[in-house]
Amino acid sequence: MTVALARLEQSLTALTRAKRLGLVAYLMAGYPDADATLRLGRIAVDGGADVLELGVPFSDPLADGATVQRASERALANGMTVADVIAIARDLRRERDVPILLMGYANPFYRYGLPELARDLAAAGVEGLIVPDLPHEESSDLAAALAPAGLTQICLVAPTTPDDRLARLVPPARGFVYCVSLTGVTGARAALADDVATFVARVRRYATAPVAVGFGISRPEHVRALRGVADAVVVGSALIDAIDRGGEHELSSLVRALREATA
Amino acid sequence: MTTEPRVGRFGPFGGQYLPETLMPAVAELDHAWRDAWADRGYHDELDALLRDYVGRPTPLSEARNLARAVGLGRVFLKREDLAHTGAHKINSAVGQALLAVRMRKRRIIAETGAGQHGVATATACALLGLDCVVYMGTEDMRRQAPNVFRMRLLGAEVRPVDAGSRTLKDAVNEAIRDWVTNVRSTYYLLGSAIGPHPYPTMVRELQSVIGREARRQLLERCGALPQAVVACVGGGSNAIGMFAAFLDDPVTLRGVEAGGEGITTGRHAASLSGGEVGVLHGARTYVLQDAAGQVRETHSVSAGLDYPGVGPEHAMLKERGRVSYVARTDAEALDAFRLLCRAEGIIPALEPAHAIAELPSLARELGPEAVVAVCLSGRGDKDLDTVMGRA
Repeated sequence: MTVALARLEQSLTALTRAKRLGLVAYLMAGYPDADATLRLGRIAVDGGADVLELGVPFSDPLADGATVQRASERALANGMTVADVIAIARDLRRERDVPILLMGYANPFYRYGLPELARDLAAAGVEGLIVPDLPHEESSDLAAALAPAGLTQICLVAPTTPDDRLARLVPPARGFVYCVSLTGVTGARAALADDVATFVARVRRYATAPVAVGFGISRPEHVRALRGVADAVVVGSALIDAIDRGGEHELSSLVRALREATA
Repeated sequence: MTTEPRVGRFGPFGGQYLPETLMPAVAELDHAWRDAWADRGYHDELDALLRDYVGRPTPLSEARNLARAVGLGRVFLKREDLAHTGAHKINSAVGQALLAVRMRKRRIIAETGAGQHGVATATACALLGLDCVVYMGTEDMRRQAPNVFRMRLLGAEVRPVDAGSRTLKDAVNEAIRDWVTNVRSTYYLLGSAIGPHPYPTMVRELQSVIGREARRQLLERCGALPQAVVACVGGGSNAIGMFAAFLDDPVTLRGVEAGGEGITTGRHAASLSGGEVGVLHGARTYVLQDAAGQVRETHSVSAGLDYPGVGPEHAMLKERGRVSYVARTDAEALDAFRLLCRAEGIIPALEPAHAIAELPSLARELGPEAVVAVCLSGRGDKDLDTVMGRA
């Protein structure tokens, strides 16, 4: 395993031993504007995020709900490109010692060129990618480009993923295993899915990497409910909603509240 | 000619570029589809519906006045406009709705552009007693208003999509989001030969009845195959259904995309003529996109062709040189629309009017004796507002 990934896994594993959940914060790069992302990223890290995910905007984000769709549209209107997101990640890495992942759809990454992408991500200090429309069966090209650069594609699993498929996908997963908590798109929900604990337990049987839960998680009580269930939680749309409600101040207080709920 | 070197792929095109949540669903669908397609009972049921309900076989009409007007020997029109609901979309809608029943999925979702697929799906659902939700861009709801009313009459819920260009692409996005959310109970009845495997193959098989009938009818009428077969291409379902029967024949195959205001203006929907390889809606295919890989907004007078991607099998047929793809502009399609009305007493949909618009060019290529068959994929009642607005 490479240094970067080892750091990502070790930081999450260390938290598990410390009886605390890891907090993964998602921000859409370029939302509400390009300059703001750097500031918002700092705020998220200083407020207690253990890992940052930077969203790469796409014209057709079919796994995303209304909040991320709107943020993505705005970011594109601001001219945000893959190269811009990598530059933001690089700047954040220089200022804060935090693992960073990029989350975005396949087409802009292909268009950038996979070898160039891997090279530039590694140079920027990014740990890996989350690509929601690139399932295991379609990821061999990306995997081949990322591996030599020491990067990984985060493995996503869903409540609909059957056990025999988990048994194939999960054991080789690096960084963390991303459990999509519900059948649906991203977006804040009032309550956690009923079967999330059963689902995560099912995934854990096959996982060697830490297990994170995302999609729909928006409130401190959701985070508290996942203690002892998962190793980390991913919060995205709720942070964007907070920025819309009250800008940097509101983002800071939500991240701090979520972080408090991790222990 | 083998069109599928490996399952789910057409050469380097196709695939299943989907969220993990849907991967088990497409595997289940693939299995159910193969099982049904190999089952005599499914075919008996489908064939009976196509005959007694859809009205197949559809006629092959010789268009003598049109042939004279465009300078060809003979022109034959495969009359999908005379199928129940007025377009070829019903062929696949009925077949997939039967499949949904076999899979015990009682909730059907669909996307629609021109509204023909939405109407066909609503029709099949009414017949088979299934719940039906159709996603449609608000721009398309405006320009194809009669079809919105039809869908509602048939008991479907039409959900407006007010994102992006508010056309077909955005309706597909929203249908996929619904599918991800309700995957356990819901069958996504995709309308074109696009999307993840097995849709492009399944839709081709269900639409290939068009080409099989046309080939037989042409042989009966002419004693020979035509020199060329033409069809319009948006996602490409009528075209792949028409072409499938002729792929191994010495016949020129021509797909006609929507050239909008002209390829050079950038305001068009011609993915094969003016796009580049990318990933859209679950498949690797030609996509209209910018230098950063963002999908571009499209433009066509025809809502059914107004889509920035194309079926992956067409991408392969283009790359292999088996089918040549060209684009005809809005203006050319409208001229052809009027020509067919006056010359033959047939009001075509604006989509196949693009195929009609290619005939003069084929006459120049193939000579004045040439015999050409056109897939007249639908009728034009839905387009009267658009055409009157441009008169």
